[in-house]
Amino acid sequence: MLVHTAFDRAEQVVRHWSAAGCPLVIHADKSVPQKEYNAFVNALSDVPDIRFSKRHRCEWGTWGLVAATQQASQMMLDEFPDVRHVYLASGSCLPLRPVQELLDYLAERPHTDFIESATTADVPWTIGGLDQERFTMRFPFSWRKNKYLFDRYVAFQRFVGLKRKIPNGIVPHMGSQWWCLTRQTLSAILQDPERETYDRYFSKVWIPDESYFQTLARQYSRQIESRSLTLSKFDYQGKPHIFYDDHLQLLRRSDCFVARKIWPFANRLYDAFLTDPSGAMKRTEPNPGKIDRIFAKAVERRTRGRAGLYMQSRFPVETRENGLTCGQYSVFEGFSDLFENFEGWLAKVTGTRVHGHLFAPERAEFSDGQSVINGALSDSAQLRDYNPRAFLANLIWNTRGERQCFQFGPRDNQAIEWDIAKDPNAQVSVITGAWAVPLFQSNGNFSDIRREAALLQQIESKHLETLRSTWSKARVRIWTMAEFIEAPMEPLQTIIDEIGQQQVRGLAEVPKMADLKGFGQFLQNLKNQGMHPYLMGDFPVAHDLHEPAPSKRKPYLVR
Amino acid sequence: MGLWQSYRMRLRRKRYKVRAYRKHFSLRPVADRTGAIKPGDVLLFCTLRDEMVRLPYFLQYYRDLGVSHFLCVDNDSGDGGREYLAGQKDVSLWTTRASYKAARFGVDWLNWLQNKYAHGHWTLVVDPDELFVYPFCDTRPIRALTDWLDVSQVRSFGAMLLDMYPKGRVDQVPYRSGQNPIEIASWFDPGNYTIEKNPIYGNLWIQGGPRARVFFQDAPRLAPALNKIPLVKWDRRYTYVSSTHMLLPRGLNKVYEQLGGEQASGVLLHAKFIDTFTDKAVEELERKQHYSSGAEYKAYAEHLSQSPELWCKWSEKYINWRQLEILGLMSKGNWA
Repeated sequence: MLVHTAFDRAEQVVRHWSAAGCPLVIHADKSVPQKEYNAFVNALSDVPDIRFSKRHRCEWGTWGLVAATQQASQMMLDEFPDVRHVYLASGSCLPLRPVQELLDYLAERPHTDFIESATTADVPWTIGGLDQERFTMRFPFSWRKNKYLFDRYVAFQRFVGLKRKIPNGIVPHMGSQWWCLTRQTLSAILQDPERETYDRYFSKVWIPDESYFQTLARQYSRQIESRSLTLSKFDYQGKPHIFYDDHLQLLRRSDCFVARKIWPFANRLYDAFLTDPSGAMKRTEPNPGKIDRIFAKAVERRTRGRAGLYMQSRFPVETRENGLTCGQYSVFEGFSDLFENFEGWLAKVTGTRVHGHLFAPERAEFSDGQSVINGALSDSAQLRDYNPRAFLANLIWNTRGERQCFQFGPRDNQAIEWDIAKDPNAQVSVITGAWAVPLFQSNGNFSDIRREAALLQQIESKHLETLRSTWSKARVRIWTMAEFIEAPMEPLQTIIDEIGQQQVRGLAEVPKMADLKGFGQFLQNLKNQGMHPYLMGDFPVAHDLHEPAPSKRKPYLVR
Repeated sequence: MGLWQSYRMRLRRKRYKVRAYRKHFSLRPVADRTGAIKPGDVLLFCTLRDEMVRLPYFLQYYRDLGVSHFLCVDNDSGDGGREYLAGQKDVSLWTTRASYKAARFGVDWLNWLQNKYAHGHWTLVVDPDELFVYPFCDTRPIRALTDWLDVSQVRSFGAMLLDMYPKGRVDQVPYRSGQNPIEIASWFDPGNYTIEKNPIYGNLWIQGGPRARVFFQDAPRLAPALNKIPLVKWDRRYTYVSSTHMLLPRGLNKVYEQLGGEQASGVLLHAKFIDTFTDKAVEELERKQHYSSGAEYKAYAEHLSQSPELWCKWSEKYINWRQLEILGLMSKGNWA
């Protein structure tokens, strides 16, 4: 057992092992103050069959750990000739099942070595990119204390192409440092005539405690079970996950023999597993699946996070968002100008939440005229324009699970346009020039209308450039108004199919198109005033040519 | 960041430290029990004025989390809070009549106390109306969190301020001393926060919540900052710059992930809006001892006299930290 801190807990565990008749050899880190160490030794003086091995300095990732393990193992083999399996544990390991069950389990498998051991090429465990290189480079500098020198020296060796030779053609293997080896295998490793060579080689390898025994066991073992009997999970930085009181049920159900690492103050865990033999589980194979999943999820949360969420501890820089928003949404431009009841119709047909112009200058037009919406998001234009991007991201996040649709147009705040254009979750459908319909219907002075039209046309044409730019990632569809009213049902059907909320078998109901009688003439008037409206496409001046009369057009189905 | 700017930040940090030293002369010890602080203890620092009614629950809440010692600065309380604190065995208390504003809203006083007593300790700096919530706080003591942060080599831990408010008028239900204020102010805004990055100090600037929604609709830029970094493994070189919103050296402000992942973070439940608030707002308006001459309190007083309800249809009722986690207001990060 390797110990370096929390001696009271270590003592408890030592007594637990010992009470089941297991002899122990204990190694304490040399950096532990002598006084503390003596107190620990004294406290255990009444426990039979324990030895203390010579202390080494065990800094993480260095040879000291292996040297300590070697010496303690030798002591174990020499002093306790009846020992058949040697289990390497730490002071923060906690036996989860009665020790007798472990003894029985091992007795049934007298020649099996339990040691996780895999070649570097096959597993993505390594942290920091040093996989094969950890066996072909030298690492004289401490990673913890001298990170700079460590990194520089690695870079230097890469640059120069320095490579160490791996002795005797052994194949480096890696795995959990917590193993359980048979006397035969362990003694073969320790008494190898080439041990001198191996020790010299591995003492300069990076993290040798995860590769020394793992590699050499492959040379001698009769039967290797490549897994560790100790449940030990590592996070993305390579440090072990810690178990707390609230993991009690999880650990019970894992059926593992030993778990690490346990938080020293997890009283409930220690009480439950060290004093309570009735916690005995059915004699099954260890099954840490659920724990695996929980920790894998935790690592994913740390490294990828929740897409579309911006919060106090997740604020991704551009391109690293993993999705600007958390769900798909649709933006409609010009539709509510061209159709009289578009919003209501869309909500009915698709079952989605349909808002008005969310970025309108007066207020955010939430669906059903609400002034506050999910997440207590306010419709105040000032609040929205203070950070339009956060407004959109919040809206989509707050309503996750329900698709949002909203209207957009050249009258609205354009500050959001790039965020929408770059968002793969956005489905943008544009009828260009439809903003002219409300102008056409309005009762304003023509000079005002002309000015307004010129402005809106300018804004929209810039907006179209944005949508068509190479950085645009949204699904963009653009029709000119003339194009659209030629055959309005086809594009509508496509859009609605893509929203795909419900199985719509053809559009039974059609939104009502605005009365466009005289629209061609209206455009011509603008032209005559020197303002050329081109975004609508070609409208003939005489309205009775191509212009469909909406009242006559009968609804038809599109498959 | 260029060398020049780094150097300027260093000077600024030194200046704040000198300032803290200057301001500490106004502090008079009432009960100094700092000798009882043991290595590894988690320490709590706070300044307060006339908060007697909140103190019993405040102390109990943090004792239950596992805070070992409270170091408090009393700014001339007249409601018996000073005497009450002086009588608590795990509280060290200083008192002062000096200006709260001139001590940069108490930051100077606490900086000095932290530098003197907190070197090498995890320190929690909160107000009496702030309750710290972190992942697994219902099953794991704060020591579990700080131990984990130590192992992860993290020095500071962010916790956003979450404004809590009651349903109905703010002053409708009277608060009884010793009661959990969240029983009254149990509602919050779940998803209307905006974030910007402070280019100088590198911290996030978070605004929003009910205060922005109701009081600062017309001037969102003036809405109060909600970002806080209350839990820090203190070193005597560190200094808080403005409240607990940001620190120097700047590295301590990076409590968020920029590459898409999530760091662990908590929440400070801000139980400011209970019945004591209305009186407080009027008083603070007169004293003008708060940030930007109490402009914030002015806005409150105006609004609260008209429509004293912060609650809306989409307010969320507080249940536990897991709820806040799911809503995306805090995160477990890779702590499991």
